[in-house]
Amino acid sequence: MPIVKYITTDQLLVWVNALIAAQTVYGVQAKEQRFAYDALADAADLRLDFDVTILPPKKFFQPLVETIMKFHVDGHYESVTSEEPFIIFGVHPYDVVAIAQMDEVFRANYADTHYLSRRERATIVACDIQNASPSMFAACMGTATVEDGFDILLTKIGDGYVVDVRTAKGEALLVALGDAPDADAGTLARREQFWDDARRFLNKYLLKCKPTDLPALLEDQYEHAIWEHNAGLCYSCGSCNMVCPTCYCFDVQDEVDWTLEKGTRVRKWDSCMLRDFATVAGGHNFRRRREERYRHRFYRKGQYLWQRMGQIACVGCGRCTTACTAKIANPVELYNTLMEG
Amino acid sequence: MTESTASQDIYLPMPATIEESKLLTAVDRFFRIRLSSGAELGHMPGQFVEVSVAGIGEAPISLSSSPDTTGVFELVVRKIGRVTDALHALPQGSPVGIRGPFGTTFPVAEALKGQDILVITGGIGLVPVRSAIQYMLNRREDYGEMAILYGTRTPADRLFTDEIEDWRARENVTYLETVDRGDEGWTGNVGVITTLLPKVEVSPVSTRVIICGPPIMYKFVIAALAARGIPLEHIYVSLERRMKCGVGKCGHCQINGYYTCLDGPVFNYAQLSDVPEAI
Ligand SMILES: Cc1cc2nc3c(=O)[nH]c(=O)nc-3n(C[C@H](O)[C@H](O)[C@H](O)COP(=O)(O)OP(=O)(O)OC[C@H]3O[C@@H](n4cnc5c(N)ncnc54)[C@H](O)[C@@H]3O)c2cc1C
Ligand code: SF4
Ligand code: SF4
Ligand code: FES
Repeated sequence: MPIVKYITTDQLLVWVNALIAAQTVYGVQAKEQRFAYDALADAADLRLDFDVTILPPKKFFQPLVETIMKFHVDGHYESVTSEEPFIIFGVHPYDVVAIAQMDEVFRANYADTHYLSRRERATIVACDIQNASPSMFAACMGTATVEDGFDILLTKIGDGYVVDVRTAKGEALLVALGDAPDADAGTLARREQFWDDARRFLNKYLLKCKPTDLPALLEDQYEHAIWEHNAGLCYSCGSCNMVCPTCYCFDVQDEVDWTLEKGTRVRKWDSCMLRDFATVAGGHNFRRRREERYRHRFYRKGQYLWQRMGQIACVGCGRCTTACTAKIANPVELYNTLMEG
Repeated sequence: MTESTASQDIYLPMPATIEESKLLTAVDRFFRIRLSSGAELGHMPGQFVEVSVAGIGEAPISLSSSPDTTGVFELVVRKIGRVTDALHALPQGSPVGIRGPFGTTFPVAEALKGQDILVITGGIGLVPVRSAIQYMLNRREDYGEMAILYGTRTPADRLFTDEIEDWRARENVTYLETVDRGDEGWTGNVGVITTLLPKVEVSPVSTRVIICGPPIMYKFVIAALAARGIPLEHIYVSLERRMKCGVGKCGHCQINGYYTCLDGPVFNYAQLSDVPEAI
């Protein structure tokens, strides 16, 4: 039987504080006018009414800078993998979808133990969207609500939260909650209504086609004038990649410590919009022109990853749109323009 | 993660030793490498390894020996940047890290069997192709006619000059070469690689072509082959891209929707005919 509880906001605070006392909890907190994930010290800092976080939760599974091994210059290498269990509190449905997509990327062909070990150690407490972010189009992308991919889902109904527990990891967190009543039929009906509304209304921009139409749309648009036009405004800053929950490209570097004998191999977020992303030794750049890089990003999201794994690599969070100072990263505007032909 | 999972780390190099290192040209160095475990690498022609120099980094390098050479494998590295400079500077007996083998192979054991073989290669492109040539010469009766065309910028850039003499001397192989610019001692062909093409017989039915060379070479060679009726699906190319992982994760090696490290480096050219970033 699934466990679906209903708790008051006060109970939520007590519960989260109990969790914080026992293990590392990352939660959404206010950062000046915006929101970000950070280690929670007090449940009172948790802001489940957030609209969107600046960076997506991918940073917990693929850190910005991640040590993947230690080495000695005599040629000895040793893997470094993460051991620490943690909880992420407050993951919106579109980010849950993005995490599931990243799981598949890092599992496919060659399983990436660095990503997967962090992922296995995480308990994800998802949270339905209470406030829409400025550029979102999650309803268009079918990511305004989720069926699975989380351990617990919280939905604000009335003055409390429905706590929907789906996994053993989720159940383990319930111990700290203590007694709470099951959600009654009326509350569950209100949640259904809430989800229906979310699936219809959580859009600030409207994509004029189904997401699954994008691969076919892109089939004929490789030479469209919009690539060159928009790329003329692009700073090649890579911000659109950095904030995107479904961008995962990385660079790998060796860092030697002060002894000059030992060091670490680290991987760092990289960006296909940066000039030298495809440059090889000797100087040849396979995507030299800005428009080639700009186009690549949208093809990768709308077609290439679809061809490989049957998923559109955009979940409609709108972070790229907000992050882009040139105002050219909005996927909805771009794809709608292509549809006009 | 448990110990056993950590040992399956796809980024963890296997320890290995440089048994032999010698210069082939001013910038190209030959390496014979042995895995410390004593295991065979287990590659096929066309594949590559990621070579690590601890503290400097990793570089993808093609396997140049055929799998028939056991116990060790051979690489040729052009000195052109951080990792390749460091490899050139390592004395014999030095440790290196190896990951792989990765990527697709020239189909020497499948589609190329029983067919006439035409190998067209330029510069350092001979490095991966040598593995396929050695493999096929060791099983010469499995293939039909065999021709090898090799182009370099100058005579001093030619790799494996001893082995080339062996190919030239063989009755059952047509070996032709050219240089862009000759020097005093050079009595052979001068001109780009496409000038050699009219000198070999090709058949739209039975010829299978392997091409590996600098990016500029492909367009001209493929156009010349197409003009002689060779269907695209009879052409195999090996492509190079920036690589950071070799295992389909880092995104650097993408050619439109393909990953060079997983779907390549060897592609059947028919796969690439509507892939604008390929050639
Ligand atoms: C499948 C494949 C097979 C190759 N086979 C050979 C070979 O047999 N012999 C040989 O000499 N060279 C080969 N190369 C090219 C070789 O990998 C590069 O010359 C080498 O990576 C340059 O590294 P560097 O640190 O010396 O140069 P830097 O310019 O200092 O490189 C910095 C980083 O850029 C990346 N990079 C730069 N150039 C390339 C490149 N051409 N390909 C991939 N990544 C690159 C690497 O990740 C490297 O760490 C091959 C490349 C590929 C993709
Ligand atoms: S492309 Fe933009 S809207 Fe789509 S998932 Fe990435 S950041 Fe969000
Ligand atoms: S599209 Fe915008 S955010 Fe992305 S690289 Fe260009 S200027 Fe930067
Ligand atoms: S080299 Fe990293 S994806 Fe191919």
